[in-house]
Amino acid sequence: MVTYLDHAASAPMRDEAIEAMLPYLREQYANPSGSHRFARQARRAVDESRDRVAAVLGCRPNDVVFTGCGTESDNMAITGAIQRHGGVAVCPGAEHHAVLEVVEHHGGAVVGVDAAGRVDLDDLADQLDSINAAGRTVSIVSVMAVNNEVGSVNDLAAVRRVVRRHAPDALLHTDAVQAANWIDLREVTPHVDLLSLSAHKFGGPKGVGVLVENGGPRIDPLIIGGGQERERRSGTHNTAGIVAAAVALDLTDAERPGENVRLAALRDQLVDGLRATLDGVHETLARTDKVAGSAHVCIEGIESESLLYLLDEADVCASAASACASGAMEPSHVLAAMGVARERALGSLRMTLGHTSTPAEVERGIEVVTAAVTRLRDHAVRTGVLAGQVSS
Amino acid sequence: MKVMCAMSGGVDSSVAALLLLEAGHEVVGVTMKLWGGDSDTGCCSVSDVDDARRVAQQLGIDHLVFNFGDDFDTHVVDPYVAAHAAGVTPNPCIECNRTVKFARLAERADQLGFDAVATGHHANIGHADDGTLTLLRGDDPAKDQSYVVHMLDQTQLARTMFPVGGMHKSKVRELAAQIDLRTADKPDSQDVCFITSTGGRTSFLGDRIAFNRADVVDLDGTRLGAVESVEMVTIGQRKGIGLPGGGPKRYVVDVDTKARVVTVGADSDLLRVDLVVHSMAWVDGAVSGDVLVQASAHGATQRAVIEAVDGRPGAVSVIWAEPQRRIAPGQSVVFYDLTDRRVLGGGIAD
Repeated sequence: MVTYLDHAASAPMRDEAIEAMLPYLREQYANPSGSHRFARQARRAVDESRDRVAAVLGCRPNDVVFTGCGTESDNMAITGAIQRHGGVAVCPGAEHHAVLEVVEHHGGAVVGVDAAGRVDLDDLADQLDSINAAGRTVSIVSVMAVNNEVGSVNDLAAVRRVVRRHAPDALLHTDAVQAANWIDLREVTPHVDLLSLSAHKFGGPKGVGVLVENGGPRIDPLIIGGGQERERRSGTHNTAGIVAAAVALDLTDAERPGENVRLAALRDQLVDGLRATLDGVHETLARTDKVAGSAHVCIEGIESESLLYLLDEADVCASAASACASGAMEPSHVLAAMGVARERALGSLRMTLGHTSTPAEVERGIEVVTAAVTRLRDHAVRTGVLAGQVSS
Repeated sequence: MKVMCAMSGGVDSSVAALLLLEAGHEVVGVTMKLWGGDSDTGCCSVSDVDDARRVAQQLGIDHLVFNFGDDFDTHVVDPYVAAHAAGVTPNPCIECNRTVKFARLAERADQLGFDAVATGHHANIGHADDGTLTLLRGDDPAKDQSYVVHMLDQTQLARTMFPVGGMHKSKVRELAAQIDLRTADKPDSQDVCFITSTGGRTSFLGDRIAFNRADVVDLDGTRLGAVESVEMVTIGQRKGIGLPGGGPKRYVVDVDTKARVVTVGADSDLLRVDLVVHSMAWVDGAVSGDVLVQASAHGATQRAVIEAVDGRPGAVSVIWAEPQRRIAPGQSVVFYDLTDRRVLGGGIAD
């Protein structure tokens, strides 16, 4: 039995989404851009999926662009804005690399976050002012809706007010890749110009993303060619993936209120359970400051890499920070941006719950993490080698 | 046994993993992420990690990547840079073995319940009659790497394995080819993993330390020319020292980094009758007397008599049987027994 505590990395696909895909893999294989009846059937599936997604997001169907993934949506938003308008991109330092790397690549500005991982609105205002004072323009501000590592939630209405005041011509983008399971996106979309989603985070397939261009296109498309998606994103539609993504988003939206309650309880049980059996387990964020499924902790006296290995041996899936291209764990830039001390951050463990999480998984998680941490701490005591110390 | 096989992405460590599996051990492949900058030497770059991972998949073993970048920076790269600024020529691959591969990685292996760390080094571990462990040259003289792993002591040797040490390189490649390992024909990595072939040492160091001009003088003090960077000059160097072509061959016989003076002389002026080696690491306790000495990765050994230096713990004096060219300060000097097969220990030239 696999104990899957890594839903923020990817979620199991919903059965309904898989079922919905199959006809588009087997029989309905026409290219939706074609001119025959067969193609029109596939086209209709894409259009209806667009309607479903728009309904959940509270935006117009024509403002929904299907992309290849959340990262593509983020790239499209930021690079597309800079290509169209020039200027500077701004984002907080706790953004996912799919935003941070793009902003840094374009020589943009990085803003601070508070100890709870949320954008520092004063710092944002100051940065926007400095950019203007230097005679440059801010073309886009990107602030994520929910942080993938620690689960913090940004108040996008407040961000919008700051942007409107200090850089009124700038576009506001939100990476909402981690938000669909927890937040009613109808309450997010009105505050932003651009919004990214990623289907595999809410029980849809990998390889499908969404970019909402609220109020119509105001950025350059990233991928041009045949002109699909009203010339917003060329490339043959992934019909099966898009259909599945829409089904998954619909179900996620319907289940969200109940799941928020159910998963918050399981999450609390998981973290409380660990804190009952182990000393030195620090819950990174207060429960009121994060989404229901997020159980990020920092554990004293151990290194994440070693802990994850032992968890893996016991078929428990979790993660810590992000991996680099080689697959090695990099120290968490999110924790660093939040001001978490290096020694504390070395023992970080990210456990995240989702639509298939069960009480049995939580119990097993507590058992295995406790055993692994105890083993690592005992070893440290026996050998005198302290976790994370650069050995002398 | 449960063995952690360090996999660089090269053919030696790939075949090491294969041999461990064939011997019935439980094997997990590990690649260390050490250097975060550019790398094109065939060891540990992103594409090398890919090679290691795919080989592991082929062999059916788990593959992990451990990030030891901090240790590598602190114990290998930073000292390498500082040494050059001070006029010393270190061997970073040896320091990596000393502080990362057979220390940090070995500690991690121990922590996670492994019985040993295996690498693809061409070296052998044996037993002496009295039960102590011995460190021996690899069976392929052209590929022997005992010089770079000379620092292992009894405790470390007890938890280290060198599966390919008993074979010739050609046999290693043959075994790899037999099972269609993707790295069977991969060229051996030659150079330091954090120095690119395009930029070289000069570019790497130039980004990190000041380069100071130095005068090049002969043994009488007559000024012959100048070099742009005294930090890049090594004892024994003949080329690139700013001297006009033609004339007698001149070699760097001394480098005074502080005074910024490079002294050159004839080959014979490089000869020394002795040297002192410090920071000695012994395989099985200190040894004195007649030994064979190797002062470079694939250099020939020379006969000498070694003994402890009074008042300098960890140092030995080496008295050559016949005068030898001066060894650059910072180079590793390794002692072998008179059969030229067994490593006694090694240290760093003063």
